[in-house]
Amino acid sequence: MESIGVLMVCPMNSYLEHELEKRFNLFRFWTVPEKSAFLATNKNSIRAVVGNSSAGADAELIEVLPKLEIVASFSVGLDKIDLAKCKEKGIRVTNTPDVLTDDVADLAIGLMLAVLRKLCESDRYVRSGKWKKGDYRLTTKFTGKKVGIIGLGRIGMAVAKRAEAFSCPISYYSRTEKPEIKYKYYPGVVELAANCDILVVACSLTEETLHIINREVIDALGPKGVLINVGRGPHVDEPELVSALVERRLGGAGLDVFEHEPEVPEELFGLDNLVLLPHVGSGTVETRQAMADLVIGNLEAHFLNKPLLTPVV
Amino acid sequence: MEHHQERSDHRSQDLPQVLVIKPPPVLTLFEDKFISSKFQLLKAWESTLPLDQFLTNYAGSVRAVLCSGASPITADIIRLLPSLQLVITASAGVNHIDLTECRRLGIAVTNAAGVFSDDGADAAVGLLIDVLRKVSAADRYVRNGLWPAKGDYALGSKLGGKRVGVVGLGGFGSAVAKRLEAFGCTVLYNSRTQKPSVPYPFYSTVLELAADSDSLIICCGLTAETRHMINREVLLVLGKQGVIVNIARGAIINEKEMVECLVRGEIGGAGLDVFENEPNVPEELFGLDNVVLSPHRVVFTPESFVAASELVVGNLEAFFSNKPLLSPVIYE
Repeated sequence: MESIGVLMVCPMNSYLEHELEKRFNLFRFWTVPEKSAFLATNKNSIRAVVGNSSAGADAELIEVLPKLEIVASFSVGLDKIDLAKCKEKGIRVTNTPDVLTDDVADLAIGLMLAVLRKLCESDRYVRSGKWKKGDYRLTTKFTGKKVGIIGLGRIGMAVAKRAEAFSCPISYYSRTEKPEIKYKYYPGVVELAANCDILVVACSLTEETLHIINREVIDALGPKGVLINVGRGPHVDEPELVSALVERRLGGAGLDVFEHEPEVPEELFGLDNLVLLPHVGSGTVETRQAMADLVIGNLEAHFLNKPLLTPVV
Repeated sequence: MEHHQERSDHRSQDLPQVLVIKPPPVLTLFEDKFISSKFQLLKAWESTLPLDQFLTNYAGSVRAVLCSGASPITADIIRLLPSLQLVITASAGVNHIDLTECRRLGIAVTNAAGVFSDDGADAAVGLLIDVLRKVSAADRYVRNGLWPAKGDYALGSKLGGKRVGVVGLGGFGSAVAKRLEAFGCTVLYNSRTQKPSVPYPFYSTVLELAADSDSLIICCGLTAETRHMINREVLLVLGKQGVIVNIARGAIINEKEMVECLVRGEIGGAGLDVFENEPNVPEELFGLDNVVLSPHRVVFTPESFVAASELVVGNLEAFFSNKPLLSPVIYE
């Protein structure tokens, strides 16, 4: 299989690079100075693309790779892949579901606790050397807070299960109500936001869910409400979110994703009711290895004409 | 300030007095909760007299004292309170009270166990996630503008599947264990005695628990037996990937040895709400990204404080009405 060209579109994991190199002819797209020339030269040997949450395979890239057979994403999110184009051209698509569910859900709860209980702010306070006896600042209790989840897929359900252990009543919004689920369903995001203390974005990014968190939702969540985003940056109208936080119209936020990563609005850096993370939802040694193994496994299966492990298309 | 004491001596209402040497945090923040028809507060800290003189002059008939970590009830203090029958603390911890002396003299003790368990457990889990997933460190990274400059942040460690050893399975420990189960952790514990109704494997020593755990969460009380119980030996056996979280009392851990282990990379990280000599925190910790620090406030929420205030007042009113105390500390 060493002659099969695999185009990795951006750096994501050195173990994955190393393993792909052992099996295929790996091209590291980000090291190429003249990308169009490179594609023109190598287009006939590239049969697979490996992408992630930052970059995948858009229509433009798919069009210039006539031998492309499979796009394997090092992510569960598919928003960087033109799925319609892949379907049209018979290109297979795989992602990395399940193996990262726990980590993302753990981080969502970790963000809730860090924001409400001001863990990062406390840590800054102690490190500044300013801690004096008799300095009693209260934080917000987490147990029992109402948690509203947008998207009750694998990650949403995992968040709910964890929050229940903290006696949090769970409610949700999703495209359709799930009658077998015991949590309270709201048919609209604004209504969900108005009826919860902590709103979690855990759905996939599609045309419908772009800017699903807008001014109206933020207003409904309110000055005591907290937004947690472990989905995608574009789920949130970021300028609206920033002004709501700066003006204290929203109580707080725990954000792992942003509209233009790695850029994060600097107006947020001075606020103490926020936690800002550099897209680390699946960022553990254990999970990234499992994700990499899935990417490798899917590619191997495809080129050996075996059933794909985690196909989407 | 002495005129204040004279005024309280001449008060027309003859409510029994509750001595307060230094106000506990709940009293400072929620003083209105402590207004009662059954007692009044004798505020020693408002006097300019040295404490022993104040007690000798004014506290001879005091039957109850509300104390805190900042105002320990020692045998010396007890000796100056000949009518003392009740010591109340607004904390869960009772290590600042000479329990032996209280027991000897038949002085009842009540604490605020139970009301803080949820908040303490929430923060303990939050600290564990923070250390494993580098939440505070990554937040600093973003705020310092390093994400565009230096790229993706270092990988953390998965919480699910970790073996977490809970030291002390009382109110805090049980609440921590219940939460960790939902994350797919395997909970193990050490306690003074094994608890038969509990599904978690029991380890009779902290050393054995640490040897079989990926993380330790300290939830027990500080006593003569538990002082410096977590020492270099225990930490080394916890290992290079091991994480320790302490929401109990600083002195349960040999702080000097823990700091050395952290600086040398002999353990993986720590989440600490309590320290041996608060508010002093060893400065070597400030340079470490695998340590999360908190200024002794894992139970500092309005709900906990209001509940603690109500429990303190409830105990006092029960005492002065000759009714059973709500939350007596049972001597073993």
